[in-house]
Amino acid sequence: MRNKYSIFSLFKNALSYHENWQRAWKDPAPKKEYDAVIVGGGGHGLATAYYLAKKHNMQNIAVVEKGWIGGGNTGRNTTIIRSNYLWDASAGLYDHALKIWEGLSQELNYNVMFSQRGVMNLAHNLQDVRDLKRRTHANRLNGIDAVYLNTEEIKKFCPIINTSQDIRYPVLGGTLQRRAGTARHDAVAWGYARGADEMGVDIIQNCEVKGIKRNGDTVEGIETTKGFIKTKKIGVVAAGHSSVVANMAGLKLPLESKPLQALVSEPVKPIIDTVVMSNAVHAYVSQSDKGELVIGAGTDDYISYSQKGSHQIVEGTLNAILELYPIFSRMRMLRQWGGIVDICPDASPILSKTSIKGLYFNCGWGTGGFKATPGSGDLFAHTIANDEPHKLNAAFNLNRFVSGDLVDEHGAAAVAH
Amino acid sequence: MFLINCPYCGERDQQEFKAGGEAHIERPKQPTELSDDEWAEYLFMRKNIKGVQFERWNHAHGCRKWFNMVRDTSNDEIKAIYKIGEKPPTQ
Repeated sequence: MRNKYSIFSLFKNALSYHENWQRAWKDPAPKKEYDAVIVGGGGHGLATAYYLAKKHNMQNIAVVEKGWIGGGNTGRNTTIIRSNYLWDASAGLYDHALKIWEGLSQELNYNVMFSQRGVMNLAHNLQDVRDLKRRTHANRLNGIDAVYLNTEEIKKFCPIINTSQDIRYPVLGGTLQRRAGTARHDAVAWGYARGADEMGVDIIQNCEVKGIKRNGDTVEGIETTKGFIKTKKIGVVAAGHSSVVANMAGLKLPLESKPLQALVSEPVKPIIDTVVMSNAVHAYVSQSDKGELVIGAGTDDYISYSQKGSHQIVEGTLNAILELYPIFSRMRMLRQWGGIVDICPDASPILSKTSIKGLYFNCGWGTGGFKATPGSGDLFAHTIANDEPHKLNAAFNLNRFVSGDLVDEHGAAAVAH
Repeated sequence: MFLINCPYCGERDQQEFKAGGEAHIERPKQPTELSDDEWAEYLFMRKNIKGVQFERWNHAHGCRKWFNMVRDTSNDEIKAIYKIGEKPPTQ
């Protein structure tokens, strides 16, 4: 039985100079066979394993991860959580996740530092204003909190925004979702890993999948750098590398992988206590608990796995940031990085069975998967355990690219994809 | 960000170009005969290769002509560039 984290355990461990904390998860060698194997030890993969063990009584499962857990896009995103999507299917999916976020730290006994500081989306032209008002109404009809703010209200909520009307892209209004916010991204992976491990899930790091063994249209197992693992169910949660894994099984997915960049500044005192996103000029910014400004830039338009984005993408974002927040003009940027995101033609994710029995894919989250981590894991676990989707992810099947019933969030989401 | 040797204009910054995705996806000869599965395959399904990939590019802020490129997507190294209609180089 694992020790519970609490003020008392903190006190007890302080007496031994914090040198005797229990390991948060084991480091097992893979068994010969599992009931299910999750490929990819990021937030979504670990959450899937956690809910498979917790809600579907599947404890004989493993998560295999090429590097170390949470070392991929889980650690590269800008940690924004919101659910103010336009379409009903997306609203259902993302708000399901947001509801789990609200109790996640307690459930996992792990502080994921979920902070409902609100997310604002700005409008810079008349079309933005119409779109955002429409989205506000759509959100409220779906039971998602949303308000439309005029320029003065935006200035009041976030005083450092330049609301002057004579800049190139003036702030004409915006939306606010107060339940939205941020969380500590690493903690989400670690919390789920600890929870899954406690229920008996094997978390196998430094274990790269090299092949998927099929017998006709049924999966038999995976070839890994740590040997062959037999299993009847494989859940692939490999983000930017989903197509690479799909190709191993002889499957093509409707995905393109592209570099997405983000950057953080030097740490400063608290200056912005919310998250502000701007679709039209593609700039979004929040401040981490360490004090760094966390800035999200855009994707390059070419396919690349190089994890290097182009300079002009960052430059464009910083131009927009400086126009909106002149106070940041002398901030120095500390780090910049790129991650590979898998983008669907309709900018909505895929949580689905495939034409191969026992092979499931959770991919296509593109530029905005972090916010969905708990919901994605919960629904994907349901899909794997029951071999059919939950009603909340039924619309996000692979077959939508055949039927044409797309969930077209591309132009409708709160930020450009 | 890299340099691209446009077959019509010469070496230019990648910013001038627009990526057009996977190359040599043949347009269906008889669109009316296609099943939904075949349409999905043509419209949406992509190899999305990590490694050497054949792709289309357009010199959007230059001559505006389309051409093909062979590029290693794992490190963005360009292996070959050839005009539309020309035979793709063998690896």
